[in-house]
Amino acid sequence: MTAPLLQVDDLHVRFPISGGGLLGTGKRTLHAVNGLSFELAKGECLSIVGESGCGKSTTALSILGLQAPSEGMIRYRGQPLAGPGAPGRMQRAKAVQMVFQDPYASLNPRQSVRTSLAAPLRLHGVTATSEIEGRIEAMLKNVGLTPEQAARYPHEFSGGQRQRIGIARALILEPEIVLLDEPVSALDVSIRAQIINLLLDLQEKLGLSYLMISHDLSVVEHMSDRVLVMYFGEVVEEGGWREIFEAPAHPYTRRLIAAIPDPAAALDPAAKQDRFADLPQFAGRRFVSDGSTSPDVFTAPEGSELVEITPQHRVRFSVK
Amino acid sequence: MTAPLLDIRGLRLGVAINRSTHHPLLKGVSFQIMPGEAYGLVGESGSGKSVTSLAVMGLLKKPLAISGGEILFKGQNLLSLSKREMRRLRGNRIAMIFQEPMTALNPLSTVGRQIAEMFVLHQGKSWSEAEKLAVEALGNVRVPNPDRRAKNYPHQMSGGLRQRVMIAMALACNPDLLIADEPTTALDVTVQAEVLRLIKELCAARGTAVLFISHDLGVIASVCQRVGVMYSGCLVEENETRALFADPKHEYTRGLLGALPRLGSRSEHGRQRLVDIDSIIADRSKLTETRFIAPRGAEGSQP
Repeated sequence: MTAPLLQVDDLHVRFPISGGGLLGTGKRTLHAVNGLSFELAKGECLSIVGESGCGKSTTALSILGLQAPSEGMIRYRGQPLAGPGAPGRMQRAKAVQMVFQDPYASLNPRQSVRTSLAAPLRLHGVTATSEIEGRIEAMLKNVGLTPEQAARYPHEFSGGQRQRIGIARALILEPEIVLLDEPVSALDVSIRAQIINLLLDLQEKLGLSYLMISHDLSVVEHMSDRVLVMYFGEVVEEGGWREIFEAPAHPYTRRLIAAIPDPAAALDPAAKQDRFADLPQFAGRRFVSDGSTSPDVFTAPEGSELVEITPQHRVRFSVK
Repeated sequence: MTAPLLDIRGLRLGVAINRSTHHPLLKGVSFQIMPGEAYGLVGESGSGKSVTSLAVMGLLKKPLAISGGEILFKGQNLLSLSKREMRRLRGNRIAMIFQEPMTALNPLSTVGRQIAEMFVLHQGKSWSEAEKLAVEALGNVRVPNPDRRAKNYPHQMSGGLRQRVMIAMALACNPDLLIADEPTTALDVTVQAEVLRLIKELCAARGTAVLFISHDLGVIASVCQRVGVMYSGCLVEENETRALFADPKHEYTRGLLGALPRLGSRSEHGRQRLVDIDSIIADRSKLTETRFIAPRGAEGSQP
């Protein structure tokens, strides 16, 4: 059996917080990610959804090597990607790249598009000007820009075009895995569809694997093959997009889906009410939290396990 | 028929680039909001939604200037009021909630004191009485432990709580009109849903009319009875919410609705590409030439 493209195994990330306690000298530990495990297959789009503070960005940073995991392993094609035995930054950059939420903040305003795109190539040993030019030109065409626009600076582009440049920058080293951190949430509604379409086209054309982090569930439903729902550092539910959106089993997942301001549901309240009415109840099983109260992030979470309720669809229950 | 609470007639507004050139931002915008009605304005960045609300609040600053039209509030033209008269109205009869509560609240003052200030300034209450009313106002927007929370500074609160404080401040004097400019864009989805429900319920209970500005059609649909679609400084379509979503007439509205990834659409149609708005619209420069403004009362539905 070949190793999965990306494998995250029992990832824990804890942050020491000082200044707590009665005298302000105590040390506490914030549990940001608690025992996260998942695999990303070639050509797949896996989304991690959840609210601010659920640990989804910490997970992304760990995969990028920007945050050292406290425990657990992250493997790329069977080889460690983070932690002991991990390759250097340069090797990792060829495997994983990130598209950021705010393209304006993530591009250097004093570098032309050409300079921004050429820098990673030069660092990775591509020095022939003709090759650099050729790859920049091809990449700009891929993302729907023209080669002539390479000479321009970020401020000369609209929000949608800037995100195209952000995508080009992430793809120029031809990584296999692309982390998408809220890739369209900073964009206007009318532009959003164009970027979503572009990401789907590129995924098919280049065989990319996406790990998308988002709280916009309508975008997640549209793009993902599988979905992980995170709540306070743990996966509370995971499954194919169809399971998550048509038969969500965890109360937190249902709350998230119900919270989306969806025009159709808003105008037809009956449809929204009935949607998840006849879902199975789980006799003898208890959820740790239904997502309506916040757990204490400074204590280790209570014992729970992910239980497979139907093939490929797992839900977290308390072990007590 | 009742008179409109807010009646904007042919509002023109622009930015002065230099002494002779003037770049128009609003090219004759007209719409009415009835007492107690929630009216939504949608459109992309730069379409003129926010400047419209700033014009109503009298908060336009140079180089922005109004070049024509009227803003009638209860029959009175706001554009003819003095600064002093406008100040008396603002916060009292017309209140506003902003997108980013952290920048709209004073970081150096407790939230209780900031709400209390509304009662002192507009209703002539004493500070001690006003602070009691402020605690009550926090309770009304369902802030847990309002008496303890009133002593908090804005940075001690989460984004959702801060937005509740903004709503408490805005509704403190029971205004006739609440202007909400993207009030939930910075919030998480579940918090957004709670804040929207709060705005909807409080305004319905008090009979406060709402001018709701958002680029999110889903948010607009869940709050507003009537919607205006703005493009490039013009109101290109206006209708009852239900009718607008069911049967968009203008090609720009159709493009906006088509570009929206909708929950449940994938199970019906599969993972297809979303509608690219530019593929629907033949010529953007001609977009504002046609307008579809549906008459009021054609469909008396409430969302």
